[in-house]
Amino acid sequence: MKNNVYIYILVMAGVSFLLRALPLTLIRKEIKNRYFRSFLYYVPYVTLAVMTFPAIMDASEHRIAGIASLIAGMAAAYFGAGLFPTAIICSVIIFVFGLVLR
Amino acid sequence: MKAESNTAQAKKWFLKGLRDGIPIAAGYFAVSFALGITARNAGLTWYQATIASLLCNASAGEYAGFEVIASHGSYITMALITAIISARYMLMSVTLSQKLSPEVNTPQRLFVGFWVTDEIFGASSTVPGKLNPHYNYGLAICSLSFWALGTCLGVVLGNILPANIVTALGVLLYGMFLAIIMPEGRKNKKVGVIILISMGVSFAFSRLPYVSSLSEGTRIIIITLLIAGAAAFIFPVKDDGADESAAAAGGEDEI
Repeated sequence: MKNNVYIYILVMAGVSFLLRALPLTLIRKEIKNRYFRSFLYYVPYVTLAVMTFPAIMDASEHRIAGIASLIAGMAAAYFGAGLFPTAIICSVIIFVFGLVLR
Repeated sequence: MKAESNTAQAKKWFLKGLRDGIPIAAGYFAVSFALGITARNAGLTWYQATIASLLCNASAGEYAGFEVIASHGSYITMALITAIISARYMLMSVTLSQKLSPEVNTPQRLFVGFWVTDEIFGASSTVPGKLNPHYNYGLAICSLSFWALGTCLGVVLGNILPANIVTALGVLLYGMFLAIIMPEGRKNKKVGVIILISMGVSFAFSRLPYVSSLSEGTRIIIITLLIAGAAAFIFPVKDDGADESAAAAGGEDEI
């Protein structure tokens, strides 16, 4: 079965919009449920970590390049390198390993 | 008199937003280029990818969405994974709703909501006092045009660029994800440990029998529900709101 790309995009856009707009328009008071708030707090860290590894390892031909990129990126971000520099560091390492290990 | 001063205020904040959006735009441009490459690999055309970026304004969310398209997942999977990955925007919107004056009307709130991203949230939630929604409009129009442009060029030029450069650019997104999660992992050791556990479980799920046959999107949902659910149970955040704002500002960045 082949699904329609535009429906995919509309579903993605609709859900993204509802998540962002509903709290701003409907919920004027703070969410009190501690468990729910804690869950929301941890979600981005788990999700982004899961999306990064092991995918970064399989992103290029050389597994070792992905691992080096991951470690360097984690270290750079840990020490406050910021979004753009961290992304560049990860990318450059993959590129250099690709040239060297060719 | 009052309306006039409101208009002047709106203009001032809008222009400030445009200016403050420039460094965000630079970062977005590079990252969305990589996103465009993901979109191209998922089989999207340049205009489909551009529409997706204009409508969704989400890095991780769009990335995961393109993965769903690539793997021909169901629309339900798409809705679920978008909800899971973009759940943090709910928290940001809740925080911003406290920051807006009650006079801010519903259409304005909808626009602020439409353009909530990690970086725009970071910039607008740190404004002293009440937040003028026009600041968000300025930030969004400046930075997110480059988000859409970068996505578009990623699809188009991804075809032309040599394979090793495309591979390297594709890794920009992972670097960005690390830049979003690691600072909080340093500040809050529990989060740091949870990041490492998440990576370990993710690796195990990608290699173990049965679970490795699930689609990547489904694995992300399952692992997130398991680990974030357990973490919320074991390490509930304090009620003073400090952790909450830290979480919401997880993607905040100075670029």
